[in-house]
Amino acid sequence: MSNYLKLLALGLVAFVAALAANWARDLAYQIHALLIMAVAGGMFIWVLRSTDDPQPKVDTSGYMDGVVRAGVIATGFWGVIGFLVGVVIAFQLAFPVLNLDWAQPYANFGRLRPLHTSAVIFAFGGNALIMSSFYIVQRTCGARLWGGNLAWFVFWGYNLFIVLAATGYLLGATQSKEYAEPEWYVDIWLTIVWLAFLAVYMGTIFTRKERHIYVANWFLLSFIITVAMLHVVNNISIPVSIWGSKSVQVFAGVQDAMTQWWYGHNAVGFFLTAGFLGMMYYFVPKQAGRPVFSYKLSIIHFWALIFLYIWAGPHHLHYTALPDWASTLGMVFSIILWMPSWGGMINGLMTLQGAWDKLRTDPIIRMMVISLAFYGMSTFEGPMMSIKAVNSLSHYTDWTIGHVHSGALGWNGMITFGALYFLTPKLWGRAQMYSLPAINWHFWLATIGIVLYASSMWVTGIMEGLMWREVDAQGFLVNSFADTVSAKFPMYVVRGLGGVLYLAGALIMAWNMWMTIWGGAKVTAPVGVPAE
Amino acid sequence: METYSFLRELADSWVLLALTVFFLGTIVWAFRPGSRDTHRDTADIPFRNDTLPCDKGCPDCACKQTFKFDLEA
Repeated sequence: MSNYLKLLALGLVAFVAALAANWARDLAYQIHALLIMAVAGGMFIWVLRSTDDPQPKVDTSGYMDGVVRAGVIATGFWGVIGFLVGVVIAFQLAFPVLNLDWAQPYANFGRLRPLHTSAVIFAFGGNALIMSSFYIVQRTCGARLWGGNLAWFVFWGYNLFIVLAATGYLLGATQSKEYAEPEWYVDIWLTIVWLAFLAVYMGTIFTRKERHIYVANWFLLSFIITVAMLHVVNNISIPVSIWGSKSVQVFAGVQDAMTQWWYGHNAVGFFLTAGFLGMMYYFVPKQAGRPVFSYKLSIIHFWALIFLYIWAGPHHLHYTALPDWASTLGMVFSIILWMPSWGGMINGLMTLQGAWDKLRTDPIIRMMVISLAFYGMSTFEGPMMSIKAVNSLSHYTDWTIGHVHSGALGWNGMITFGALYFLTPKLWGRAQMYSLPAINWHFWLATIGIVLYASSMWVTGIMEGLMWREVDAQGFLVNSFADTVSAKFPMYVVRGLGGVLYLAGALIMAWNMWMTIWGGAKVTAPVGVPAE
Repeated sequence: METYSFLRELADSWVLLALTVFFLGTIVWAFRPGSRDTHRDTADIPFRNDTLPCDKGCPDCACKQTFKFDLEA
């Protein structure tokens, strides 16, 4: 019976998508409609062909790890893609000829840049967060994922969102909101997937066997709920036609700008910080083999982060049409935020108390420690840059880009690599990763890559900030914009090389994961054997 | 009073007070007497349940032991 309903629904989706492809007002919408038609049609045929097969019995006596395995592979895959696009656009800035005249408008910087940011934040980071929250919530609740195949819907639905977003950017569908570029129908799809994610997560917590909810789940749950709220409010728009991708924002002017940066900064705060802190509070104690340094501190860390982060957004709009009080409020809360951030960093680092020797022998712990170090560094740099006087120099310069990347490559990237190295052997029943020296290589390539990236951006950012404000005795500006562009060339090349190193490390990781999963020695680790 | 002014005044006074009290309350609550043992137990959660605990309740079922997963073993 349920198969008939499925066939009916899939047939209907494929039919409407075919109509939409025919009536499409623009290319991006048309390609997306064809894509949906192909996906729904393929699923229709698949359900039809297997409709009378006996239902395979799903073994529910263990944790649901299939979806986590798929998430691990997707994280590695999107990571390499995202870093690769990042390297390409870094060299496009240094050598404009790489915008490739024959591939216009698809290969220009303006279209590839959101492809890079979304690929690394939402595809790489998002898959990492979804798969590790599915892994962590089961282990810390002692319960199988709630909702059966709903978790698979979340995985495939989220990755479909990524494909729609990425192809949309290349074909020119964007609502021009930074980190929220996808157009209205992609936003609606993500909302559905995200609510399913929330349901799976909450359902698992409700059926938990542990009395208390471990702190990692607090961070991950706040990440899921807040991102849902931010996404919905920032994407309130009215489509021009339901057969086209273009939409118009409901907010306008300074209200729209404030909503965008309330979203934008809390995407950093709750997607890239709270979510990844949830990973940190599980994987660091696990890898170190000892419980978190102070559980009380983790509670205070959580509530302080929640209460402070939400106000920090206006620091993106210093010296604009935003009222002065709002911009001061954003600055003050950003500075206060430094304290809980460092509390969390200290909590993570001190978890190694009594196990510091592992830094010498365990490259995975080393990766987690450097990620915490970069968390500390960028959460000091951020509040400093939010001070109005500093911001008047740093804003609109490459210093901002450097700050973002020391946080993203250092903190988010490194903790994700650590989690992937932790999970891959466990999920495929291996004793350890295929090659430990390769993890070491990855560690050093990534670290040197970040150092090159961040330092070249500090130099070029401060330089261009100073050049822009330089005036002569008569009060005229000394430098034109093009002067700063040519002065930045050497730093752009160094930044690109840093990106190449970081990408090389990720390729080594992909090879290492491949060999652990499909090749090499099949040493089966004693998973699932209860201790005496 | 227009809606904006009303909400603005409410946010600046009672809501601000309530949120501040709630925030301070969470810190006080974290340090309540007897919290140490609870927190120690909760902090150990990642080291339990490496396999799914079973709730069948049979008397000599091996999988029941997974609840007592300890670190050194």
